[in-house]
Amino acid sequence: MTALAALLVRDMRIAVRVGGGALIGVLFFLVVVTLIPFALGPDLALLKRIGPAILWLAALLASLLALDRLFAVDHEDGSLDLLLMSRAPLELVVAVKGLAHWLTTGLPLIIAAPLIGLLLNLDGLAEAALALTLLVGTPALTFIGLIGAAIAVALRRGGLLLAVLVLPLTVPVLIFGVAAANAAVTGPVPFGTPFTILCALSLASLVIGPFAAAAALRQEIE
Amino acid sequence: MRLTAVDLACHRGGRDVFAGVRFAVASGEALAITGRNGAGKSSLLRTIVGLVRIAHGRLALEDGDPELTIAEQAHYLGHQDALKPSLTVGENLRFWAGFFGGKTADIAGPLDAVGLDALIDLPAAYLSAGQRRRLSIARLLAVKRPIWLLDEPMSTLDAPSQQRLTGFMRAHLTEGGLVLAATHGSLGIGETRELRLSEREPEPQS
Repeated sequence: MTALAALLVRDMRIAVRVGGGALIGVLFFLVVVTLIPFALGPDLALLKRIGPAILWLAALLASLLALDRLFAVDHEDGSLDLLLMSRAPLELVVAVKGLAHWLTTGLPLIIAAPLIGLLLNLDGLAEAALALTLLVGTPALTFIGLIGAAIAVALRRGGLLLAVLVLPLTVPVLIFGVAAANAAVTGPVPFGTPFTILCALSLASLVIGPFAAAAALRQEIE
Repeated sequence: MRLTAVDLACHRGGRDVFAGVRFAVASGEALAITGRNGAGKSSLLRTIVGLVRIAHGRLALEDGDPELTIAEQAHYLGHQDALKPSLTVGENLRFWAGFFGGKTADIAGPLDAVGLDALIDLPAAYLSAGQRRRLSIARLLAVKRPIWLLDEPMSTLDAPSQQRLTGFMRAHLTEGGLVLAATHGSLGIGETRELRLSEREPEPQS
């Protein structure tokens, strides 16, 4: 356990230092969401209707922004070789890296979401529902993204590949995340139905992501 | 403890890097792996720690910890230093010590031994190549593992640091450790057996 705790602390520390991915993700999120009302104009009803979708799209792109380099940087400086020699199972090592990534990029988005929900004319209930769907849904984005990040290690230019590989896999999360957020505001579907499916998607990806990513990393051992 | 390889072969990138390699290294012994560039010295070390798949042959460790693989009982010092530029010298070493299960409290001793104790709070980005190498070597001292696999450990080190490393290797051997080092020069640790990887240029496979 000390090994995994040490890895978690290290990855979070790197993310919040200069050049780390934590601030970039949340800044990207803020910039995108701030620009939308300027592009659409001051139609409050429209903003309220599409607000959850915009926030979810921005969160999806922001959480994938720093993800493609997750294993690539460790591969380039030789750290990945040593991580592979760990006594801890590789699946857990991968999961901890995912957790550190979510804590530094996913969690700030959830904290920022209610604040910038104001820009999209969302009321209190909608903001709470949206934050809740993001809290449940963003781990799924990170852990699905782990698979792409691991595959990208073998290919030198992984960035674009990650988008092509991972974005289609995130479509169900996006659908049910936005559906749950909308259901809380406008109905007529009860909030519980899409929200439960979103929870299921997250739980499934928490299990599948680390195993698939670890398998991909092992495959890259020639 | 005894590490033996029988008829070991390695394929990488569609060609045979080496084949028919056999050696046996016991506690307190050092093996220098020599050969021209591209002979497979690094590949052999990476094969031993499981970072390259064994194409043929067998690798066995006798009297090791039966619960652990060879890689889990080995330190690998590769060409890359596995340091994060945004973390300080102390943070880098403390992480690897913690990750490999060593006592994280004691990083002052190893840093002192490699002569980096004064730079403990400096971000690793500002280290020179030789200092980075010395910080990597401190990792071997911070966590005890019996097998040391060193890939050209003397490169980038200045003369005093080379002598220090020689001292570390001697101490490791007297404690019953094993050292396998890929090298072009001398390791300077007295009687060292040598494994010379094949002289021939590999024929390109059609």
